[in-house]
Amino acid sequence: MGIVAIALASTGALALSGCAGGTTSAEGGSIITTNGTEPQMSLIPTNTTEVGGGKIITSIFAGLVSYSATGEIEDEVAESIESEDGINWTVTLQDDWTFTNDEPVTASSFVDAWNYGALVTNAQGSSGFFDNIAGYSDVSNTKDDPTGATDESGAVLQIPDPLAETMSGLTVVDDTTFTVQLSGAEADWPLRLGYSAYSPLPTVAFEDMDAFGENPIGNGPYELAGDDAWQHDVQIDLVTNPDYSGVRTPANDGLTIVFFASFDAGYAAVQGGDLDVLDQIPESALASYESDFPDSFVNEPAAVFQSFNMPYYLEHWSGDEGKLRRAALSMAIDRAEITDVVFQGTRTPATDFTSPVIDGYSDSLEGSEVLEYNPEEAVALWAEADAISPYTGTFDIAYNSDGPHQVWVDAVVNSVKNTLGIDAVGKPYPTFAAAVDDREASALTGGTRAGWQADYPSLYNFLAPLYQTGAGSNYEGYSSEDFDTLLKEGAAASSVEDATAKYVQAQEVLLQDLPTIPLWYQNTSGVWSDTVSNVEFGWDSVPLYSAITKN
Amino acid sequence: MIAILHAPDLRSVNQARGDLMLWYTGKRLLQMIPVFFGATFLIYFMVFSLPGDPIAALYGERPPSDAVLAQIRAEYNLDKPFIVQYLLYIGNFFQGDLGTTYSGRSVSDVMASAFPITARLAMLALAFEAVFGILVGLIAGLRKGKLFDASALVVSLLLISVPTFVIGFVLQFVFGVQLGWARTTVSGAAPIDELILPALVLASVSFAYIVRLTRASVSDNLNADFVRTATAKGLSRPRVVTVHVLRNSLVPVITFLGVDIGSLMVGAIVTEGIFNINGVGGTVFKAIRLGEGPTVVSFIAVMVVIFVLANLLVDLLYAALDPRIRYAK
Repeated sequence: MGIVAIALASTGALALSGCAGGTTSAEGGSIITTNGTEPQMSLIPTNTTEVGGGKIITSIFAGLVSYSATGEIEDEVAESIESEDGINWTVTLQDDWTFTNDEPVTASSFVDAWNYGALVTNAQGSSGFFDNIAGYSDVSNTKDDPTGATDESGAVLQIPDPLAETMSGLTVVDDTTFTVQLSGAEADWPLRLGYSAYSPLPTVAFEDMDAFGENPIGNGPYELAGDDAWQHDVQIDLVTNPDYSGVRTPANDGLTIVFFASFDAGYAAVQGGDLDVLDQIPESALASYESDFPDSFVNEPAAVFQSFNMPYYLEHWSGDEGKLRRAALSMAIDRAEITDVVFQGTRTPATDFTSPVIDGYSDSLEGSEVLEYNPEEAVALWAEADAISPYTGTFDIAYNSDGPHQVWVDAVVNSVKNTLGIDAVGKPYPTFAAAVDDREASALTGGTRAGWQADYPSLYNFLAPLYQTGAGSNYEGYSSEDFDTLLKEGAAASSVEDATAKYVQAQEVLLQDLPTIPLWYQNTSGVWSDTVSNVEFGWDSVPLYSAITKN
Repeated sequence: MIAILHAPDLRSVNQARGDLMLWYTGKRLLQMIPVFFGATFLIYFMVFSLPGDPIAALYGERPPSDAVLAQIRAEYNLDKPFIVQYLLYIGNFFQGDLGTTYSGRSVSDVMASAFPITARLAMLALAFEAVFGILVGLIAGLRKGKLFDASALVVSLLLISVPTFVIGFVLQFVFGVQLGWARTTVSGAAPIDELILPALVLASVSFAYIVRLTRASVSDNLNADFVRTATAKGLSRPRVVTVHVLRNSLVPVITFLGVDIGSLMVGAIVTEGIFNINGVGGTVFKAIRLGEGPTVVSFIAVMVVIFVLANLLVDLLYAALDPRIRYAK
């Protein structure tokens, strides 16, 4: 029986590794150790959608541009990225970049990688990032399942049926030039390009993508330290790439990302000197991290926006009545106290729908007083809504109890309960998947927690995917003509300043409608040991590993 | 007594006992087959019944298009009815293919990395609790009512009542952070020396139970007829204690240890979490959260086998320890 063999084999390994145990020795050189999680997928840039894999991809690949600590883009492989109209872009590459297998990085390295990522039959998690390139609809095309198979809700299943293998908007001009045609104007399109999904791939990747994902070959500041550098569920060892000559040239000899199942263990490891940098402070240490690491911690707002949605299909929550209730709800929440008490100051109360680290953020948007705690006004607005149709029943906010949400959800509903005098409770779902199911089926009975971590540092990325009519993550079906128009105008604006002005106006529409009730920005919070210096966190809450030095 | 005096041929009695034992072992091993199918079927069904679509949950707030999701579901057979999924799994299982995780790793690879580490940790913990637990329990039992006995009782009560994670965090902080004698978290290879601290934590509660079991059993047996007879025959005190008292006192302790092998192998999730050990508990926990049927079922199947074998081992040890116990057809 196969199973017995495995059980026996494991005892054999026990004896063997027991002997080997004593010979492990400490790593030499200035290798920085930091925390991470086992990548959810193999290391293919267009299939990596979560932060565990993302921080590895960003370290071993260099795209056209990369982000500075403040979220400005700096050229990596790109020589220039230019456009007259925001639609037709010409990308020129520097000609001296190579992958670590000595293959030159050319225009095709980018175009082929992007086409691979977008093609529906490759089933890449980040395929949506290419949806603004002309011809995307042809490569992502689907048709109804010819057998007429349906999913649980009775809708006919879609099967992939690409009309083209490549996007018509991407054209290779020569080895160092390619052009990109977008399907609509986007003034700040280059801002996207530092995201890991836009990384180039060497030709060897397309021969066997599965094998490549286990042992990726990149062009970034680091490369994998040999064939068995990635020990699954344990750690990944990266060493500096000697051929790299971009803006992120490492000041250390390498980077070991140790996978932690909990931040508590990571925190103890930094305290005990077994880990250099931890990029998230666990809840258990919120009260003590400033005294544990007086000179080596960070706690500042990050590009993570947190809120909760009130679905429009609920009775009392649409139309004029809904508008009044949303405003009342928002003013009934004491954000300052909750961020202070529950989160020990590691959240910052929200004043808009984006994040303070994004260029163009403002804390004084017209109408932002609706995000301030104002119990009198809240009660008045709620009464006004009750005059339209009296509120009955219990108010609830759904959350997944496999994440750390119960405490703040309880705090929020208590704040609502005490201010408005209605019954309010948190509604736990056992898993995130279960909560998503009810959201998809429009079966929620109240609010649902929501959040957005930016993929690239742009106001647009906080607004378009979430509130534009029909957008991919607009789960509650918000639709506003004014908002859509302003967003479109912003995208087509000729300068980033003009674009920002439009996005500000668009947010002011959101403040009136409150399709989501903003709560707070999650902070970047991290600690590091005194064995390292020059620790700085990027706009995306990930440390800038290349700058860290070992003392 | 008379029957034994008249025993005709000791060799043929032993022969008969050996046959019976073989027959008994075979019967128990055969019983594993229905247990295996029942357990895998139930577990697979439970994972299948977990609410929510595991593939959609993989992508959080940014799901790819429906067609992409549908392809991934098809790849993992999630688009098929439960019974088909289960039969496909079992069919592949007997061809040595345990399926893949959602990250594309083969489940047998995951098992090959997690089980040896947990086995090492569990054996170390078992050794600690058995050696120290029996030793302390024996001394306490022999000196019933004395200072050593009283302190052993207090300490064991303390260990039983304090949750494992508290013991874990305290030991980690004292020995890992403050004194720096041990690593706070275990490195990837999980060598034995780094596992000593986690094993002590893992062993702590069972250690306390073993102390109490051994103590009670020893003090009972001290007053038993066969001990008085042995003493009366003029056997030395050490011989009476080790051969007659201790050996007979070990029956309940062995039962406990046998069951404990199973729970140590599967129940180390708290300890593994504190010391960041990449073992079975954490892997199964993660797989349950992700709704990875093949991973959960494959791990549990191995655990079931370990449980059954450990229990069988215990039952066989009974007879060796206590001559009054016999196997029957």
